[in-house]
Amino acid sequence: MAEKILLKGNEAIAIAAIRCGCDGYFGYPITPQSEIMETLMDERPWETTGMVVLQSESEVASINMLYGGASCGKKVMTSSSSPGVSLMCEGLSYLAGAELPCLVVNVVRGGPGLGSIQASQADYFQAVKGGGHGDYRLIVLAPASVQEMYDFVDLSFELSFKYRNPAMILADGVIGQMMEKVELREEKRRLTDAEIARLYGSWATTGKPKDRKENVITSLAMDSEVHEKFNLKLVEKYKRINEAEVRFEKIACDDAEHLIVAYGSCARICEKAVELARETGIKVGLLRPITLYPYPSKAIDEMTAQLKDVLVVEMSAGQMVEDVRLAVNGKIPVTHFGRIGGIIPTPEEVVVALKNMIQ
Amino acid sequence: MAMKGAIVVDRERCKGCGVCTANCPVQVVALTKEVNSKGYPMAYMAHPEACTGCTNCATVCPDSVITVYRVKV
Amino acid sequence: MDVNEIIKPENKVYGKSPVLTDTVMHYCPGCSHGTIHKLIAEVIEEMGIQEKTIGISPVGCAVFAYNYLHIDWQQAAHGRAPALATATKRLYPDKYVFTYQGDGDIAAIGTSETIHACNRGENIVVIFVNNAIYGMTGGQMSPLTLEGQVTATTPYGRRTDLNGYPLKITDLVAQLEGTCYVTRQSVQTAGAVRKAKKAVRKAFENSANGKGTSFIEVVSSCNSGWKLTPVAANKWMEENLFPFYPLGDLKDK
Repeated sequence: MAEKILLKGNEAIAIAAIRCGCDGYFGYPITPQSEIMETLMDERPWETTGMVVLQSESEVASINMLYGGASCGKKVMTSSSSPGVSLMCEGLSYLAGAELPCLVVNVVRGGPGLGSIQASQADYFQAVKGGGHGDYRLIVLAPASVQEMYDFVDLSFELSFKYRNPAMILADGVIGQMMEKVELREEKRRLTDAEIARLYGSWATTGKPKDRKENVITSLAMDSEVHEKFNLKLVEKYKRINEAEVRFEKIACDDAEHLIVAYGSCARICEKAVELARETGIKVGLLRPITLYPYPSKAIDEMTAQLKDVLVVEMSAGQMVEDVRLAVNGKIPVTHFGRIGGIIPTPEEVVVALKNMIQ
Repeated sequence: MAMKGAIVVDRERCKGCGVCTANCPVQVVALTKEVNSKGYPMAYMAHPEACTGCTNCATVCPDSVITVYRVKV
Repeated sequence: MDVNEIIKPENKVYGKSPVLTDTVMHYCPGCSHGTIHKLIAEVIEEMGIQEKTIGISPVGCAVFAYNYLHIDWQQAAHGRAPALATATKRLYPDKYVFTYQGDGDIAAIGTSETIHACNRGENIVVIFVNNAIYGMTGGQMSPLTLEGQVTATTPYGRRTDLNGYPLKITDLVAQLEGTCYVTRQSVQTAGAVRKAKKAVRKAFENSANGKGTSFIEVVSSCNSGWKLTPVAANKWMEENLFPFYPLGDLKDK
């Protein structure tokens, strides 16, 4: 049986990074995710796997270190929290524009501005709609447990290399700080430089051998025709991602007449709310998006025939609710219930919101 | 022993900036009156007999359009 | 002796480095960038490190540097080249990694990345082209614009009470423990180019020897931005920039 250990969500990210063959972590401290870099520094992976861990001078530097590392065909990542991720948005646009794979973990805290250090889900728009400039998308995964914090590190790298696109784990302070038992997956070793040259030598800056032309990593295209063509290539890539990579979980949905849609830590609260509501005879189910981009729009749309209404529960003033409305396209009413400012909704509050919606 | 030199200019790539002429210690290199297809005058040897092949013109050329040859005489 | 007797392959003493591509550079006639590209290419050629060199180009006139040298390139966001170089060198310690940056890139928007990469002593080479102006965007004031210098955003000359003082970033990085070699060069004469090339070679060798960051400022001309002919621009540079940004080694340890 695989080994299980007790880990904080943030620690799980660090341990998973070392164990899945990550080549480099570049980060800047910010609450509530500093344990990620602290754990890495404590583990000293440079002595075991050879992974580079560097505390940078700013989030701007971190994300651009990722640009450099990713350009080399290496598995690189950073982590931060909301204000820090805002600083990284320029870099994320460049990474997407240069089609580079990398992982950014956002353990979301309250905003806008310096906001609060408490848990929040108010960075949904920034994560799935852009944040930076231009027509680009991130692959966004939303863990709802410490095990998923662990598992999504490797999954994010797999997806980001498969599509040569940055991936983001959109967690929140609750998932980052809570402790759960985690099953450690089989270790993956880091790729050697020779393996990287063989696998990614068609694009990565590994040093130009005599027998290939120089590789250039850039997002610049001065010719309008070339630039449109490049953007259409990105559109095509995002279409493929939408077709192949949607992930979600459905709980108690078979006979559901009402649906709650929630992700991350909110989804766990809503799971309990579904249980409480069903005890009072309400036929309600839960759909938990695991990928926020690509979004499970089709799965939600397919359920509308059996549903009377949808309740979207978020720790925000209402962000993901817009994607649910797009998915149901006016066929049934969609209501939002959210708590803000670091307040975590209780299952009982959700049940009240559900009952209010039904009435 | 004296040195005799000569230069060959890639005329289409020359931008006629004149930095080479300013750096020629023996005033061999000058700019043509005629222009290339881009409208630039071009470096040429106005006094080939005086060229020592010192490479100064080519060394300062930003566009690497000058090749230098030299023989001992 | 007839010229045709001299112009024979066996008599060739100087020509374009094979590390340079055949692409015609987009730079204005007489621009220092082309000369600096050339001497980097020659050093790479002479050291035989073409397969092990990764260049980082900036935002600014040199953004297209990647079109001109037959090596792998990363093109950075404005000012961030030292961050890219940091990760690249740490992930590929046996490679030669250099950044190529202008005065706006290195000393305005990218000051933080510059200072911290140098302070960490990253084993990289920073080539810093100082022409005291923003060239590509049309000749605006840069941090290194001289007091009184006319630019598009200081049409009556730079005033220190409004715009502060020219930033001697090279003097600043020379103070940092992480830098091993800090020098100020130029490329307007053949002698200057040869000296600058020696500096570039030394910087690449420092990188291989793990000595820390090598930082080479090349005081350069921007004749378009300064609205002078190429030759007059070089003269203006000698008369105005050299007294304020004196050439020579600031540090060599």
